[in-house]
Amino acid sequence: MEELANLFHGFAVALQPYNIMLMIIGITLGVIIGVLPGLGGANGVAILLPLTFSMPPTSAIIMLSCIYWGALFGGAITSILFNIPGEPWSVATTFDGYPMAQQGKPGEALTAAFTSSFVGALFAVIMITLVAPLVAGFALRFGPAEKFAVYFLAFCSFVGLSKEPPFKTIAAMMMGFALAAVGLDSITGQLRLTFGVTELLNGFDFLIAVIGLFGIGEILLTMEEGLAFRGGNASINLRVVLHTWRELPAYWMTSLRSCLIGCWMGVTPAGATPASFMSYGIAKRLARRGNNFGKGEIEGVIAPETAAHAAGTAALLPMLSLGVPGSPTAAVLLGGLLIWGLQPGPMLFVEQKEFVWGLIASMYLGNLAGLIVVLTCVPIFAAILRVPFGIIAPLILVLCAIGAYSVHNSTFDVMLMLVFGVLGYLLKKCNYPLAPLVLAIVLGDKAEESFRQSLLGSQGSLGVFFSNGLVSTIMALGLVALFWSAIQEGYSRLRTSMA
Amino acid sequence: MTERSESGPAHKTLEIGMALLIGVFGLVVIFGSVKAGISWGAEGPRAGFFPFYVGATIVVASAINLWHAQRDDDGRLFAEWGQLRQVMSVVVPTAIYVGSMPFIGLYVASTVFIAWFMRWLGGYRWLTTVAVAIGMPVLTYLVFERWFLVPLPKGPFEEWLGL
Repeated sequence: MEELANLFHGFAVALQPYNIMLMIIGITLGVIIGVLPGLGGANGVAILLPLTFSMPPTSAIIMLSCIYWGALFGGAITSILFNIPGEPWSVATTFDGYPMAQQGKPGEALTAAFTSSFVGALFAVIMITLVAPLVAGFALRFGPAEKFAVYFLAFCSFVGLSKEPPFKTIAAMMMGFALAAVGLDSITGQLRLTFGVTELLNGFDFLIAVIGLFGIGEILLTMEEGLAFRGGNASINLRVVLHTWRELPAYWMTSLRSCLIGCWMGVTPAGATPASFMSYGIAKRLARRGNNFGKGEIEGVIAPETAAHAAGTAALLPMLSLGVPGSPTAAVLLGGLLIWGLQPGPMLFVEQKEFVWGLIASMYLGNLAGLIVVLTCVPIFAAILRVPFGIIAPLILVLCAIGAYSVHNSTFDVMLMLVFGVLGYLLKKCNYPLAPLVLAIVLGDKAEESFRQSLLGSQGSLGVFFSNGLVSTIMALGLVALFWSAIQEGYSRLRTSMA
Repeated sequence: MTERSESGPAHKTLEIGMALLIGVFGLVVIFGSVKAGISWGAEGPRAGFFPFYVGATIVVASAINLWHAQRDDDGRLFAEWGQLRQVMSVVVPTAIYVGSMPFIGLYVASTVFIAWFMRWLGGYRWLTTVAVAIGMPVLTYLVFERWFLVPLPKGPFEEWLGL
């Protein structure tokens, strides 16, 4: 029960007044980020990361992770009230949330969404509390080959699980690896791929890529589509909340299933967006009133919201215990750890107990605070969305520029951000996934290092990745994930030919 | 701004262009890796070893994407010209904004950029425009430089003010 004592110690850290203040600030900023188009969890955290350079790491991660929770909550508000998903993972929430609001039940829909989000997050946090120390303890024994195998598995899951064409996923991912390789080679100390440009000596910073790809790219997409607001008014009062809460336990089966889907999709780096769609799809197939889905069914709000929030939270499990982030936002948080001078990975649980458990405790408290904040302040947040895009867009662009500049105090980075922005717009339009690109930039150096160290140990033989049971298992899982779509297709073909 | 033209570049064209662009990027990576050395050196694999295979994978994946794009012929538009004009009306001023930042500083550039955006793209009254365009940089200054002690680029104007 050492974990329990650690957790209580973590609560003591998270409950310090300064940290509670940061928590509330983080949640509020996060909801605003989630509500605004063009500012998402990943680039919102990336822009605000420089503000935390001077804070103690524990306080910094509490604030940044709370921004993330806030963004997860915030996405639901715009989906339900305006039929505009503030975040990709709330697209599935619009299917039934918006019809509910149209039928004069916005309060019920919002309450259901927020409560489900909270339930999903709570489930995932409990899982993290129980599982993360075990995984970390297990991972302490990993050598370079095992480490590389874990990276391999993570990246293969992207190829197998994402809905984009596999070769586009591979192309995007490899671009990330290539960008990560630019600059000083960490092992030989040699320069590479800089082509004589001095600004590239330190390589590409993934924060710049995140701000450009997700921030600027999103604004450009929004500009193209043009926004028209036809939103209703939002009012939540205690009566509606209590009434909805009485209704919710009837859907416990949907909740539980969505929690499990979310946790699974969050740990494997598929992320919150596919989790929400998958959960919605399964709920629609299994629900008694499945035919009514899409016309304002409360279950159609519960399923995607629970899964999205569970996935978003569970994405921190591999980030904390293995140093492999499960989502772009987790990747940005991982980048934060490096900047604050902490080495992500299993050693965190040994060397930085206060940090890890403070963060885990803040997940419980942050999500509770988030639930209270969103339930009480919905009208205010909805009002933010009525500020026209003509004002919001330049302000977000300026914020992105400030964020990009303050990473390294370099105006070159700001220009790079714009290049990434245009690239992000084109990639997104052509159906290339951005998440693996960003994760590859973050993990590229580490993946390469473990790859080369393993080869060094084996004198260049690839057999090292199948040299013992553990590493072979992880590699085999990775290969299955890599060819998952091909396997599925083969299986269904086999079934039709049998029938 | 509300003008709508039904024509625009084909999605296929952009898709092919994107695959080619990424493929060329892959070739550049291969070229750079070969220059850094892809063989096995005294301290193990040399600097270009890993990026070389990354570049090779990019080229192969792009070739397959190119092939897919070539076959795909649904006549879909990438976007209408009017939409692309909207996008460019953001990209071009942002490029000017970003390019002018090293010379006139972030604050002045932001003021001009916000004012331009709101006045010409948003069509707001001057009063609103000026209020936001000046208010935002001032707020930024207070939050970033004063509160969080993060320095932002400054130009001659800030020097003249003595900030």
